[in-house]
Amino acid sequence: MASISSPDTARQNTARRGLYARLSIGQKRTLWAWTFLAVPILFYVVIRFYPTGNAMVLSLQEWNLLGDRSWVGLENYRTLFSDPVFWQVFRNTFVYLLLGTPISLVISFIIAYHLDKVRFMHGTIRALYFVPFMTSAVAMAWVWRWFYQDVPIGLFNNWLATFGISQIDFLDSTTNALPSILAPAIWAGLGFQIIIFMAGLRAIPRTFYEAAEIDGVSTWTVLWEITLPLLRPTIVFIVVLSSIGFLRIFDHVFNMTTANPGGPLNSTKPLVLMIYQTAFSSFDMGYAAAQTVVLFTILLIVSLIQLRLLRDR
Amino acid sequence: MHRPFRTALAALATSAAALSAAGSASAQEVTIEYWQYFFEARVNAMEELIAGFEAANPNINVEMTHFPYADYRTRTAVAVPSGEGPDVVQLFYGWLNDYIDEGLIQPLPTDTFSPEMVEAEFFPMVGAMERDGAYYALPTAVRSLALFYNERILEGAGVEVPTTLDELVAAAEATTERDGAGNITQVGLTTGMTAQDHHWFREVLIRQMGGEPYLDDYRTVNYDTEEGRAALDFYLGLEEQGVTQSGFMDEPQAAFRGGRAAFHIDGSFRIGALNGERGLQWGVTELPATNDGTQSNYSSYWVNAITSSAEGPEYDAAVLFMEYITSPEAMQIWLDTVGELPARVEVGMTEENANDEVFGPFIRGLEYANTTFFADESAQRQVLVDMIERVQLQDMDPGESLSIAAEAEQTILDDYFGE
Repeated sequence: MASISSPDTARQNTARRGLYARLSIGQKRTLWAWTFLAVPILFYVVIRFYPTGNAMVLSLQEWNLLGDRSWVGLENYRTLFSDPVFWQVFRNTFVYLLLGTPISLVISFIIAYHLDKVRFMHGTIRALYFVPFMTSAVAMAWVWRWFYQDVPIGLFNNWLATFGISQIDFLDSTTNALPSILAPAIWAGLGFQIIIFMAGLRAIPRTFYEAAEIDGVSTWTVLWEITLPLLRPTIVFIVVLSSIGFLRIFDHVFNMTTANPGGPLNSTKPLVLMIYQTAFSSFDMGYAAAQTVVLFTILLIVSLIQLRLLRDR
Repeated sequence: MHRPFRTALAALATSAAALSAAGSASAQEVTIEYWQYFFEARVNAMEELIAGFEAANPNINVEMTHFPYADYRTRTAVAVPSGEGPDVVQLFYGWLNDYIDEGLIQPLPTDTFSPEMVEAEFFPMVGAMERDGAYYALPTAVRSLALFYNERILEGAGVEVPTTLDELVAAAEATTERDGAGNITQVGLTTGMTAQDHHWFREVLIRQMGGEPYLDDYRTVNYDTEEGRAALDFYLGLEEQGVTQSGFMDEPQAAFRGGRAAFHIDGSFRIGALNGERGLQWGVTELPATNDGTQSNYSSYWVNAITSSAEGPEYDAAVLFMEYITSPEAMQIWLDTVGELPARVEVGMTEENANDEVFGPFIRGLEYANTTFFADESAQRQVLVDMIERVQLQDMDPGESLSIAAEAEQTILDDYFGE
C-alpha cells in the first residue's frame, strides 16, 4: 500500500510546492530574467507605449479637453494634408534639418580636428565650446532675440549702424528669420558634437598615422583615407542625434518668436510648434494628435534610414 | 450573555445617533474651493474678499488655489470635467461657451441674479454671459483700453494730449526721433498687432470708420468692407508716415516702459506694471475719437462661475460667495488692490472713480465698449497679425490681404460654430 501511495504523496508534495519547483534551471533563469525585465517594460508601457497608442487613437477623434471624445475617422488627417500651413511647416522642419545637420557637422568636425592638435589651454578652449550646450535654451534664445533687435537696442544692428550700414531685419523677415533662429540652435549643439568627435579622433590608433608618415603621404590624404573612414561610426551617431534634434526643434523658435509664434507668416514654424499651438492654444486635441502621428512617422523613417546606414558598417 | 451585548449595541447606536446629530448640526460648516490664476495683486485682493466673506458667513470656509497663468487654462480644462475641480472657478469670458455647452458650469439662480438686475446694474458688455434667460457667470472686474502717454516726451516736443485720431498722428509725428541714418530711435506711437492693436483694430478703428466688424452675434466676419479697408489704411498709414515701427524694441509695452515711445495703447491691466517703472512719468487718456467724435473701446474680463461639482450645501455656499464677490464692496476692493475696473455701473461711475486720473479714462471707456466674442482668440489674433505682415513684408495689396484675413477668420468661426 505504502509503495503504491508514495508517488501520489510525491505528486501532492509537488503540487503543494507549486509550479515553480517543477521548472528546470533554465526555465527558472528565464523566469527571473523576465521578472527583472518586467520593471522597465512596465515603466515603458505606462509612460511611453500607452500614451503613444492613446495619441494614435486620439488622432481619429475630436476632443477639446472639456467634453467627450467623438470619432471623426480620418478627418483630422484630411484637414492636415489640405492645410497649406502644414506644408509650409513641413518644409520649414526639413529646412532646419537639411541646413542644421550638415552645417553643425562640418563646423564641429573642423573645430574638433584642430582642437585635437592644440595643446595650449586645451581644456579651457574645449570648455568654452561646451558652455553653450550647458546653457538653458530659453535663456539663450532670449539673449539672441535681443541681439537681433533693431536700433536702438539690438546688438548687431547697433554695430551696423555705427559703421553706417543699413539695418538688417533679422527676425522681422520671412527670409532671414529661419536662418537667424537656426544659428544659435547650431551653436548650442556644437559643444556636444565637438566632444564626441574628439573622443572619436582619440580612438583612432596612432599606428595608422605613423605608417602614413613613413609612407610620406599628404595631410589631406591622411584626413581623407584614414581619419574620416575610421570616424564613420562617430559621424553616423552624431548625424542621427542631431537630425532628431533638428526635427524636434522647438525651444529656440518658440522663445525667439513668442509674440507671433513661428512667425512672421509661419516662416519659422516647425512641426512641434504647430502641434503645441493646436493642442494648447486652440485646444484641438485630435488634430494635434494627428500632427504628432505624422511627426512620429517622419522621425521613425529618418531614424530607420540612419540605422540602416549604421548597420552597413 | 445576550442581554449585556444587546445593551452595549443599543448604547453604541444611541451615541452614533448623537454623533450624527452633532454632525448635522455642524453640517452647515461647509468648505468650498475657489480657483484663479496667479497674479499677486489678484491673489491678495481675493484673500481680502475671502476674509470678509468668511467673517460674514462663519459656517463657510473658502479655500483658494491658484496656478501659474501659463498652465491655468489647461489645468481647469482637465480638472473641471473630471469633477476634481473647484466649486467656484474664474474663467476668461471667451472660454465660457465651451463650459456651458459641456454642462460644466451651472446657471446662476435667477432669484439672486435675475437678468433684469444684471442688465440694469452691470456694464453692458456683461450681457454676453447670458444664455436662455439665465446668467452663467459674472465678473468682479473688467478691462478696457486707453491711450498712455509719456509726459516728459510730450512736454519736450511741446504737444498737447490728443483727443482725435488726426491729433494723435500729428502728435506722434512730432515726437518720433531718428538717428543720422534715418533709423527710428524713439517712436511716436507704438504698434504691434501681436499686442493690443488687434482689439483696437477690430472693435475701435473699424467701428470709428462706420463699420460693424461682425454680424450675427460675432458669427459672421464683416470687415472686408469699405469701412474695414479705411481702418486698415489708417493703421498701415501710421507706419508709412513714419510715426511708428512695428516690432520696435521687440514689444510695444517695452518701448513705452523704456521711455522710447510717446504714445501707447494698452489695457488697464498695464497700470500696475507702469506704476513700478522708475523714472517714467506717464499719463493716460481715453482712446482718440474720430473728427466727428465717434468713440469706441474694447473690453474683456474674467468671470466667476459655479461648476457642476458644487451640489447641496456647497452649491448654496457657492451662490452666497458669488453674490459677495460681485457686490459693489468687492468691486471697490478689487479696484483699490488690483487696479481692475468695477463691473457695476454704480461703482464705476462714482464721481471719484470716473474722474480718477488713472482709472477714469478706462472707466469712461466702458460705457461705449464692445466685447468681441472669440472662438479661438490666439488664432483670430494671428489672422490680423498675418494680414499686416503680408502687406509689410510681402508687399501684398492691402485690399487683397484684408479679404484673405476676413476669409480666414470666417473659417475659424465656422469651424467653431460647427457650420
